[in-house]
Order: sequence, then C-alpha cells, then structure tokens
Amino acid sequence: MTNIKSDRLIAYGIAAFLTGLLFGAGLTVSEMVNPEKILSFLDIFGAWDPALILVMLGALIITIPGFQLIKRKDQPFFALKYLLPNKTVIDKKLITGAALFGIGWGLVGLCPGPALTGLVTLEPDIFIFLLAMLAGMWAFNWLPKSAK
Amino acid sequence: MESIMWSLIGGLFIGLAATFLLLFNGRIAGISGILSGVMFPVKGDTFWRAAFIVGLLGGGLIAPLVFQRPFVFEMQASLPVIITGGFLVGLGTRMGSGCTSGHSVCGIARFSWRSITATVTFMLTAIITVALVRHVF
Repeated sequence: MTNIKSDRLIAYGIAAFLTGLLFGAGLTVSEMVNPEKILSFLDIFGAWDPALILVMLGALIITIPGFQLIKRKDQPFFALKYLLPNKTVIDKKLITGAALFGIGWGLVGLCPGPALTGLVTLEPDIFIFLLAMLAGMWAFNWLPKSAK
Repeated sequence: MESIMWSLIGGLFIGLAATFLLLFNGRIAGISGILSGVMFPVKGDTFWRAAFIVGLLGGGLIAPLVFQRPFVFEMQASLPVIITGGFLVGLGTRMGSGCTSGHSVCGIARFSWRSITATVTFMLTAIITVALVRHVF
C-alpha cells in the first residue's frame, strides 16, 4: 500500500523534515515570507520589486536540470517510485482554481508556503489567514460535482 | 544589490529542497498539496507531510540565526481582506491542484503545460488584483 521502502521509514521522515527546513530557510532569506515584498512584486504599476522572479530563477536553475537527472534513476532513495501528477488536460477547473488563488494571493501577499513559515512571527493576522485558507481547502469538498 | 543576491540564494535553497524531496522520497514539494494531505489524511501518507511542515517553520526560526538575516514581515491587509484572501488561496489551490511551489517551481521544471498555464493564470489575476486594490479603488 505505502510507497515508502519498509526499512527506510525513519530516513523518509527525516528527509521530509530537512527538505522542509531548507525550503523554509529559502523563503526566509529571500524575504518571500513578507507579504509586503510579494505585493511589491505584483504591483507592476507601482515601485516594482523583481525579487520574486529572481527567487523563481534561483529555484528553477536547480530544479530544471535536477528533475531531468533524477529521471535517469529508476527509483528514489527511500521510496519505491516517484509519485508525480499524471494529469495533462488543461481544463476549466485548473484555470478557475489558479485564477481564484491569484486573487487571494494578490489581496494579502501570502501563498501557502510563507503562510506556514510565517507562523513563527506569532502574528495573530497570519493565524487568521491560515485558518481561512484551511477553511477554503475544506470548502472545496462541498462544491457541486460539476466544479470538481 | 545585496537584496538581489539573497533572492537568488533563497531561490537556490528552495530549488535544492524540491530536488532533494524528489530524489530521496519521490515526492513533489507542492506545499498546498502537502498541507491538504494533512487535513484529509490517508493512512501511511501523513507523517512525512507533518515533518515537512514542521521543517518549514523550523527554517523560519533557524535561517535568521544562521544567515544573520532578519525575518521581515509586514502585513497591512484588513481583517475582512485577510479572511477573504486566505479562503480564496485555500479553495483555489485545491481546485487548481497547486500553488506557487507545486506549479511554478516543480511543475515548470517537469515542463508540465498544466503548471505553466496555472502559473501564468495566477500571476495575471494577482497582478490585476493588486493593480485594482492599489491604483483604482
């Protein structure tokens, strides 16, 4: 049932923790955890701050060659196989979902990663944002079948 | 100039994290997906997600100490806007199967047309939203 190699359970958990740690550190040093910084990037008609593009470039410089190299290895170190999204159809659901996400992102300047890492500020506003976000994730379950 | 350097360094960290998660565990570092998997748990597939999320917070605690970078956080949105924004981010990322990390960092690296389309779409609606909020209303 599970995809994790049975003798690699602990290693699998540690790898998840350490990659999360590196990801959170990346969000922090690049200041992507700062909603105001994100909004300055999105504000192309104001004092535009290109930071987010540079962060994405920095990430893609690693992931584009990295993912291609990983493909040559038949299985991950601690799991039986790679679990990759298999959908290829560009449908209304993808576009609508992405559009709604963008509106929320533009309203506040937070996406899911920074919303989690930002909890360390202990600012009440970010806890409220996270709760609203979880409510939104939950609300998806209640949409009519045609929207899913 | 220094801020440009830190943007690139932060990006490299994020790229390395996503690459290692795929190399070691065979998983995509899509944070909305990892989080919704904790909300709606599937047996045997929840612990690593919680570990990753604990790591995300840990990174926010440790990075300022290790790299002598302040944790900058300025959030000016009003309460109703925060709640509306949060709700739309949650609903939208589930409906659209991903957020900035899953689509823009991992999906683009897999040359997925779905992720490229999603990235262009949410960038556009976010830019329009900020333009309306800051320059129209």
